[in-house]
Amino acid sequence: MKIAVCVSHVPDTATKIKIADDSKTIDPNGVTYIINPYDEFAVEEALKTKEKFGGEVVVISVGSESNKESIKKALAMGVDRGILLKDDNPRDSFGVAKVLAEEIKNEQCEIVFFGKQSVDYDNSITGQLTAELLGYQCISVVVDLKFEGEKVIAEREIEGGREVVESRLPVVITAQKGLNEPRYASLKGIMAAKKKVIEEKPAAGSKPTVEILKMHKPPAKQPGRILGTDSSVVPELVRLLREEAKVI
Amino acid sequence: MNKFTGVDYYNIDSLFSEEELMIRDTVREFVSDEIIPIIEKHAREATFPIHLISKMAELGLFGSTLPQKYGGSEMNNVAYGLVMQELERGDSGIRSFVSVQSALVMYPIFAFGSEEQKEFWLPKLANGAKIGCFGLTEPDYGSNPGGMITKAEKVAGGYLLNGAKMWITNGTIADAAIVWAKLDGIIQGFIVEKGTKGFSAPEMKGKHSLRASVTSELIFDNVRIPEDNILPKTEGLKNALMCLNQARYGIAWGVVGAMMVCYDTALNYSKSRIQFGKPIAAYQMTQEKLVYMLTEITKAQLLNTQLGRMKDDGTLKHTHVSMAKRNNCEKALEIARIAREILGANGILDEYPIMRHSANLESVKTYEGTHEMHTLIIGEDITGYPAFE
Ligand SMILES: Cc1cc2nc3c(=O)[nH]c(=O)nc-3n(C[C@H](O)[C@H](O)[C@H](O)COP(=O)(O)OP(=O)(O)OC[C@H]3O[C@@H](n4cnc5c(N)ncnc54)[C@H](O)[C@@H]3O)c2cc1C
Ligand SMILES: Cc1cc2nc3c(=O)[nH]c(=O)nc-3n(C[C@H](O)[C@H](O)[C@H](O)COP(=O)(O)OP(=O)(O)OC[C@H]3O[C@@H](n4cnc5c(N)ncnc54)[C@H](O)[C@@H]3O)c2cc1C
Repeated sequence: MKIAVCVSHVPDTATKIKIADDSKTIDPNGVTYIINPYDEFAVEEALKTKEKFGGEVVVISVGSESNKESIKKALAMGVDRGILLKDDNPRDSFGVAKVLAEEIKNEQCEIVFFGKQSVDYDNSITGQLTAELLGYQCISVVVDLKFEGEKVIAEREIEGGREVVESRLPVVITAQKGLNEPRYASLKGIMAAKKKVIEEKPAAGSKPTVEILKMHKPPAKQPGRILGTDSSVVPELVRLLREEAKVI
Repeated sequence: MNKFTGVDYYNIDSLFSEEELMIRDTVREFVSDEIIPIIEKHAREATFPIHLISKMAELGLFGSTLPQKYGGSEMNNVAYGLVMQELERGDSGIRSFVSVQSALVMYPIFAFGSEEQKEFWLPKLANGAKIGCFGLTEPDYGSNPGGMITKAEKVAGGYLLNGAKMWITNGTIADAAIVWAKLDGIIQGFIVEKGTKGFSAPEMKGKHSLRASVTSELIFDNVRIPEDNILPKTEGLKNALMCLNQARYGIAWGVVGAMMVCYDTALNYSKSRIQFGKPIAAYQMTQEKLVYMLTEITKAQLLNTQLGRMKDDGTLKHTHVSMAKRNNCEKALEIARIAREILGANGILDEYPIMRHSANLESVKTYEGTHEMHTLIIGEDITGYPAFE
C-alpha cells in the first residue's frame, strides 16, 4: 500500500502574528514555524495504516526551503521519505492542490492523508480539492477510520454529532483532532531521519484564483465585567447574556 | 499559561545542529505535556511517577548515546545534555532517574561489562523493562568513597557481599543495582539483582528535596552473587568516578533547565504583578535581579555548549566537568532563591514551580560531588596541590 501525507508549515500557534506593512502578508520576523497541528494527526494515521497493512509512507509539502523542517518532523515520527515541491511565493489552496495532485498521481498513492485544516489560512479545502483533481473519494473531518479490503469506513464529525460513512479506495482522508494521539518523534527516529531522503523539485506554476486584498486583526477583546458576587445579579446577568452577548 | 519556549538571549541556538534542536524540542514538548501537569502532585505526595518510565523509554531517553545494537540512539553528548536540560525544567527528580539509568547504570555496563552482560542488560534498561540504581555512597563515606567498607569475598561459584549503601536514587524500585565494593582491598563493580537473598532496599523517608524521586538504603547481609555478576573491567575507584563524571556532565546541563523555568516564571510574574501602581518589573531592583539571572543562565549555557563539544571531540578533562557542575548548581540555587523573592509570598506556593526546584537543587548541589569537592578537584588541577586531606 502506498500512502501519502500532505503537510503545511504554519506559524506556531503560540506566536503573536504581526501584519506586514503591505497589509497583505504576515511579517515573518520573530515567527517560528511548526508542522500544522492537524497534519500531525494525518501523519500518525498514515503511520498506523502502514503498520497495519505494510507499504510506504511519503510526506509531501508545497512551499519554501523552510518547509523541510515540517517534512523532517514527519520523517522523525517514522515516515519513510519526503518530497518538497518548491515555491517561494505564497499560493492559494487551489494552486497547492494542483501540484499535490500531480505529485500524488506520479507516486501512485492510494491513500492520502491531509489535516482537516491548515491553521494559517484556515481554508479547510486543500484535501477536498486534491481529491477532486485526482478523481479520488474524499472523506473529511475524520475521527475514526477503518480499512477493510477496498472498503473504507470512517466516522466524521458533523454539527452536533457524528456520522459513519463508507467509501472505497483510492481515497483522501482529512484528519480531525481525536482521530488518534500523535506519537512523539523518538530520539532514535530523529537520528534516523538524518539519513532519509527529501527529494526537492520545483512546483509547477499556478495562476492565483484568489487575491488577498487586505489583512487585519480582529478587534481587541473587551475586558470582563463583574456584576456582583451574590444571586441578586442573576436577572441582570441573564438580561445581558440575552440582549448584549446574544448567546442565550 | 504561555507555552515555554526556552531562554536564549545570546542566540545560543545557532551553536546547535538541526538534530540537536529537534531532539531538545521533542523532549521540551514531552516535559510540557507529560511531566509539568503531574509533577507537583507527586512532589507533594513524595512519589515517583512510575507511569512515566515506559513513556520515557519509548521516547528513547535511556542510554541515548549508546550504540543502536544495545538499544541506544547513538546521539552525541550535546544532544544528551540538551535532553537533561529539558528534563530538569520539569523536575530534578525525573532528570535524576534518567541520569542514573543512563550514566550510572547503562554506562558502567557498557564500559566495564562483559559482552554477555551488555547483551542481556542494556536493551532491557533502554526499553524500561528493567530499572537500575548505582550504589557508591555509604552512611560513613560520602565525599570520601575510597574509604568504603562494603566488602566482597570470593567464594565457590561467586562472591559474598556484606555492607550497606545509603542515599541511593531508584534503590527501592530497581531491578538491578550497580554496587561498588572492595574485593581484596580493590574497589570493583558488581551487578546485584533484586530478590537476591540477603539484599534489601528500604526507601528513605522524610526528604524535603527530590521528593518525586525514590532514595533508598541498600543492605547486603551475606548476599551471594554469581561469578558472572562482577563487572570484569573494573579495577579501582577510578571506574566509579568515570561513571560519576558522566552523570555530573548531565547535571551541569540539567540545572540550566531549572534555572530557565525559575527565570521564566519570575519574569512573567514581575510583568503582571502590580504594586504601587506599576508592575514590579518596572522597578530597578527587580530588573537588576532579572538581569542577573539571565546573565548567569547565558554563561552557564555557553559553558555547557563548549563542555559538550569537548566531550564529543574527546578533549574533555574531568576537571572541566567539575567546573560546570560546580558553577551551574551554585547559580541555579541562587536563581531559584531570587525567583522566589520576586514572587513574594506566591513564591512559596506549589502553584508555582520555584520552591520545588529550589529544594531539589539543594540535593543536586550535594550529590555527584559537593561544591567543595569540585573546588578541590579543580584546585588540585591548577596548583598541583591536592587539598582533600
Ligand atoms: C506566511 C505564509 C507564507 C507562505 N509562503 C508560501 C510559499 O513560500 N510557497 C508556497 O507554495 N506556499 C506558501 N504559503 C501557503 C502555504 O504553504 C499553505 O499552502 C497554506 O498556508 C495552506 O492554507 P489553506 O488554508 O489553503 O489550507 P487548508 O485547506 O486549510 O489545509 C488543509 C490541509 O491541506 C494540506 N496542505 C495545505 N497546504 C499545504 C502545502 N503547502 N503543502 C502540503 N499540504 C498542504 C494539509 O494537510 C492541511 O492540513 C504561505 C502561507 C503563509 C501563511
Ligand atoms: C537525593 C540524593 C540522592 C543521591 N543519590 C545517590 C546515588 O544514587 N548513588 C550514590 O552513590 N550516592 C547518592 N547520593 C549521595 C551523594 O553523592 C552524597 O551525599 C555526596 O557525595 C556527599 O556525601 P555526604 O552526604 O556523606 O556528605 P559529607 O561527605 O559528609 O560532606 C558534608 C560536608 O562536608 C564537606 N566536606 C567533606 N570533606 C571535605 C573536605 N575535605 N574539605 C572541605 N569540605 C569537605 C562537604 O563538601 C559537605 O559540605 C545521593 C544524595 C542525595 C541527597
